[in-house]
Parts: sequence; C-alpha cells; structure tokens
Amino acid sequence: MYNNPLIKDPYQQLDDYIDGLPYKKENLITILHHAQELFGYLPDKVQWHIAQKLDIPSAKVYGVVSFYSFFTMKPRGQHVANVCMGTACFVRGSEKLQQEIESQLGIKTGQTTEDQLFSLDSVRCIGACGLAPVMTVDGKVHGRLDNAEDVKQALAKYRPETMREA
Amino acid sequence: MKLKDTTALNTLKAQSLALLENRRVTNPITTPDAQGKPRHIMVCGGTGCHASDSPEIAKHLKEELDQRGLSDQVEVLQTGCFGFCEKGPILEIHPDNVLYVDVSTMDVVDIVEEHFIQGKRLERLLYIDPDTEKRFASDLPFYHNQLRIALRNCSYIAPEEIREYIAADGYQALAKVLFKMTPSSVIEEIKKSGLRGRGGGGFPTGVKWELTGQGEAKQRYIICNADEGDPGAFMDRSILEGDPHSVLEAMLIAGSAIGAAHGFIYIRAEYPLAIHRLQIAINQAREYGLLGEGILGSDFCFDVEIKYGAGAFVCGEETALIHSIEGARGEPSVKPPFPAQQGLWGKPTCVNNVETFANIPPIILRGAEWFSSIGTEKSKGTKVFALAGKVNNVGLVEVPMGTTLRQIIFDIGGGIKHHKIFKAAQTGGPSGGCIPTKYLDTPIDYESLISIGSMMGSGGLIVMDDSDCMVNIAKFFLEFTVDESCGRCTACRVGTKRLHEILTKITEGKGTLDDLDSLEKLSKIIKDTSLCGLGQSAPNPILSTLEYFRDEYLAHIVDKSCPAGVCKSLLKYKITDKCKGCTLCTKHCPANCITGSVKEPHIIDEDRCLKCGACMEKCRFGAIIRH
Repeated sequence: MYNNPLIKDPYQQLDDYIDGLPYKKENLITILHHAQELFGYLPDKVQWHIAQKLDIPSAKVYGVVSFYSFFTMKPRGQHVANVCMGTACFVRGSEKLQQEIESQLGIKTGQTTEDQLFSLDSVRCIGACGLAPVMTVDGKVHGRLDNAEDVKQALAKYRPETMREA
Repeated sequence: MKLKDTTALNTLKAQSLALLENRRVTNPITTPDAQGKPRHIMVCGGTGCHASDSPEIAKHLKEELDQRGLSDQVEVLQTGCFGFCEKGPILEIHPDNVLYVDVSTMDVVDIVEEHFIQGKRLERLLYIDPDTEKRFASDLPFYHNQLRIALRNCSYIAPEEIREYIAADGYQALAKVLFKMTPSSVIEEIKKSGLRGRGGGGFPTGVKWELTGQGEAKQRYIICNADEGDPGAFMDRSILEGDPHSVLEAMLIAGSAIGAAHGFIYIRAEYPLAIHRLQIAINQAREYGLLGEGILGSDFCFDVEIKYGAGAFVCGEETALIHSIEGARGEPSVKPPFPAQQGLWGKPTCVNNVETFANIPPIILRGAEWFSSIGTEKSKGTKVFALAGKVNNVGLVEVPMGTTLRQIIFDIGGGIKHHKIFKAAQTGGPSGGCIPTKYLDTPIDYESLISIGSMMGSGGLIVMDDSDCMVNIAKFFLEFTVDESCGRCTACRVGTKRLHEILTKITEGKGTLDDLDSLEKLSKIIKDTSLCGLGQSAPNPILSTLEYFRDEYLAHIVDKSCPAGVCKSLLKYKITDKCKGCTLCTKHCPANCITGSVKEPHIIDEDRCLKCGACMEKCRFGAIIRH
C-alpha cells in the first residue's frame, strides 16, 4: 500500500513528525500513538526505527509498547471491534455478548479474522453505560446488543457487500 | 481577540449574555416567535446520546427547520451530558422548557411540525414516570434530589463556544483570583471549603495546593488527571465533553495560586470526543488570551498541553501518571517524596482530578462558606455518581455528600429494572466493595463508605439485582486487577493472580472451605505489602463480598450451586413434565444430549450437557428449567 508515489513513505512521515516536536524522548508515548496511526500497529522494525531516531535503547521503546494496552505489535484487521467489559456492561451481559461475537466472527478476543476484515478486542468502559451491553467498531458505538440478531446486524454494516449497497 | 483586562472580559460577558437569555426560563409554549428571539434546541452530545446518533438528529433538525423556513427562529446546539442517559437521545427546547426523551431521527419531522409549527407539545416524546404514568415536560423526578455544581454547565451551554461559558460566569473566578486575591488567600479559601479529591483518595485539595506551593522551585506543574480508568465511571469524561472550560479555568486558578506556569491534561486516548472538545476549548482560550502570556493584563503566564494515556489503569495513580507523561512505563514509585515535593521532571507537581477542578470556580465565586454548608461533617460539597447496572435510570447523578444509597438508587434511579430485588451496590470500581441492602440508608461520604468495606473511588455506582452472582462479580474485578497490575510488586502481580485462580475454582464448583481462608489471608497480605493504591485495594471486592455474601460462597462450595444462576459449571438443566415432545430442543442442542420420542417427554443427559441454555431459549412451553 505504500508503493503509491503520491503517498509519502510512512517512515519519512514519522521522522518529519518527530523532527517537529520540541521535546523528543519525553514524547515517546505521543510518538508511538502517531506511529500506530501511520502503520496500524507497532512491529519490531518501527520500534527499532523510533529507538534509533530518539537515540534511546530499543528495550525502552519495547518496554513502553508492551506496557500499555492501547499499543499493539500485531497487525489489525480492517475494522476493530471492541466489546466493553466495564462493570455496567458486565452486569448486563457483556460476557455473553463477547461469546456471541466470537462465534459469529469465528475468532477469539485478541485475534483477527482470516480475511483481515475484523479484529476483536475488549475495552474497559467507554462511558455509554446507558446503552449496555455495548461494542464499538472503529470507534462507533453499537449499544443494547441483547441478542444474536442485534450483533449480526451491527457487524453486517462493516462487511464489504453491505457497505457497497449502502 | 485577546481580552486585555477584566473590563474586556465583562464587556464580552455582557455581549454574550443574550446567548443564554432563552434558557432556564419557564415559559408556557405559545407561538414560534413569541419572544422575537431565536429559540434553542439543545441536543445532548454526551457519550451515550452521541453514540445513539444525536449528531444525526441535530443535523436532521437543522435541515428540517431550514426547509420550513424556521432556521432564523430556531437554533440547534449540541451540549454536554444531560445525565439522564437511560432515556437518550435527549433534547431540550428553550425557552419553552420542554424536554423530549428517546428521540430518534424519525421524530424530527414531527418535532418541527407539532412543536414549532402548530405550537403544541409532542406528547409521545415526553418522559413518562413508570410508576405514576404521569408525563413530564420539565422538572423530571430524576433531577429532584440532585444538586449540580460540578455538572452545572453540562447540558446548559454549548461546550464548543467559549462565549457561552463566559456568559455563564466563566473565567470570572480567574479574574477574581488574579486581581482581588493573593495566592495564599486562594489556597486558604479552598482549604476552608473542605473540598477533597474526587478521584478516589479524598485528600484535601487545599492542603495539596499548599504543599505544592511551598519552598523554592524554579518550575512547578499542574496536572489534570483525566485518566478515568474505573470501569463504569464516566463523570470526568462528561465534564470534559460538556464543560471543558471549567477545567481549564480551575487549572489556571491552581497555577496562579501555586506558582506554576505549565499544566498538563492527562487523558485516555479512548475518549476522542473529550479530547476534541478540550482541544477546541484550549484553542479558544488561547485566542481570547486566557491561556498564554499576560493573562487578562496581569503578569500571570500559563499554558496547557494535552497528553494521551495509552490504556493502563494504574496510570490513574499520580506517580504512575507522572512517569507516563515523562514518556516511560506507567509504574508507580515510592512515596515520599510526594509529587508535591518532587513530581514531574523532579519539580513540585499538583495532580488533581477533573471533577475536583470543576468544583473550583464556584468555590471561588460563591465562597468557601457556601460550599462547606453542603455535605457532611468531613465530606463537603457534592459528588457525581455514574449510576449504572440494573437500575431503571442509568445516568450521571450529582448529589450532596451524605445522600443515602436508597435516595440515589430508588428516588433518582427509579428503582431496580424489571421490578427485581436489589441485592448490592458496588462503589469504588475495582478498588471498592459491594454494599448490601442493610446499608442502603447509610449517608454516603468518604468515611462511611470505608467503614462499610467499600470506598468512594471516582464515583462509579453499579446496582446489582438477585440475578447477579457475587462470587462471579468478585472474580470479574480480580480479572481486571490481574490485567492491570503493572507487575512491579510481587504481592500484587502474583497475589491477584492466585486470588483469581481460587475464585475461578469456586465458580467452577471445585472450591473447598479452606479456599475461603486462603482468600482472606492472601487478601490481607496483598493489602499490606503493595506499593500503590491498586494493589492495596485490589482485594476489596473479595473481602466485602466474603463479609456480606458469605452464604453465596458457601453455596458454591458446599452445595455446588450458584443461587443467582450465573456460574455455568454449576447450572443444571432439566425438562419438566410440561414437555409436549415437540423435539424442537433436540434440534437446537449443540451437544446432541437431549433424547426422547415425538410427543413424549424428553430427557437431558447431564453429563454431556454444555449448559449453553439453547434448549431453554427455544422451548415454547417453558418446560425446561435451570436450577
């Protein structure tokens, strides 16, 4: 996807971004956020690149990446579904919801579907407790998913065949 | 347009007052242009309503009003959270004083037609009290016992417009602090008010400011802790989304009192809308000269920067948060030195929570005496609770300290969903405990919650009914702490995992009575030997459920049954003689463990049963029971 001459090399974009920051090492987390936006995930190569650029040990970069759950070292699917595992959703059946989504997508939480369309993860409370149990897909909240049909309909919106129709 | 001095601020306020003139005025609905001024439709833009397409509703309303030629008479605005999330999306019309609930994009045409063209209320969108079946257009029972101080502007002003905040007395407290008060008198005022940290610890805010301001230092920092990690709490998010300027103003006040020139807002990256509104607010404040150099013509300089969290619960702990801002792993460090002495980059740092900050401007404007007249002896003011779970009115509730759980859950929250029976209320998130029925009438404050084995925490309040298994709830919280333990202290890293394993064993029906002793013993060790609040409070969900719901643990261990019918391994499905032999269940059983001939009662082979419940869901005669 980066062979397109019109799209700037993401490493170059990342370097430009880092060069524009007043402080470098102190902004490691901000830089990682930006890098994850550019690459979709943070593989070893990107972590190594950042370590070199900031002149810090790559172990430090890895230490930070592996500490925070927001960062991922595995590539993600085109759409990322997150089941809310906050307490409010939990008491309104988020465990069941998670199992339902897992069975519909045929993957476990933390995995990506074979066609790279969906990744499934869990998240701690997104503050939409009134709609519990909820799932977000690419940041959009889908609430009151009380049965299999609700889940099916919510996921269908992200499948290419329905997106084309829309 | 930089505001050069207080006079400029007051002139702008006078000019902006017109923006709010229409609001909070009780006025019977008459004709569309009764007052000759545009009417306002305030569409809730809080998290819940936003997720239920409230921006779409606002867009459709604008288009429809435009088509009907009403766009110069009616203005559509997006606000922060109304608090009544259960009935979202919500919108309120001023000055008519009408609140519509459960609005969808399909209702837009009707609202414009009936409310604005025909000039009558759209009855079907009014709130109906489920008990009395009375319709309410305003003054809903949900708001009766509430006192909104921290949430004062949420749903009242449009958060993306600084002039609305200024019209609502915004930045007046800052002007008072800069020109009429000294730093020490500001700190004294906050101390006198009795305000305590709303993030969970309950440390007196004024004392924290005083400690940070002491001694010689070239640089000091103010940090706003918006890393709201407690699952089930969303008040900080709502304040930032609904009234971001109040937090900026409070940070400025803290900065001037302590002698800091730089502030950071550490916010979860999972809160994109809050970040967006905060960034707008910061840009506007800079544009009006309320952030930057020579604020309002004084010699005070202050600026604010947003820092993103990256999903680590422990970063809510102040030393861990500081390490995270410094770009490191968010592990807590030993106190002392406290951040007030050596914080961010070794400089004195004051870390306050969002809700704490939101209380500051009203305290400065109305005085410490007013604030301390609200609440209990040791806990002053109000507290925002995120009321959720099995309660009818899920939402954000702000009540004076000392309000009882019964008032919050039954009077404001409208009681338990589906007329079930109240079992427990969980406060304080993963650090808190479960409060049983016998303490429903305890006035809530920092001390009383601790004395009954829970804590205030950031204000999550999850209501549970008799279909919730308390052992499973304890397990849920332990799973959370196992995930979120940063790994630094062995007691917390290994201990929480062992606790979780024992709980799993119990929920699977493999527990023994010795396990209860191990749980208690291990819990005490973890509490005593962990470095930070996360580990010290991680066993609380277990200890409180063991104390108040011991019989449920015993049922799991001795009777091998789960009274709430939640723990799968302990459930048994049985077909009663109501069975007509329709064979529907056999077709849906994934384990093929139901046998029987047509028109004869069927039988479940318990050894092979997966306990999925598919047969019970499908049975049309209610012949399958779970016990």
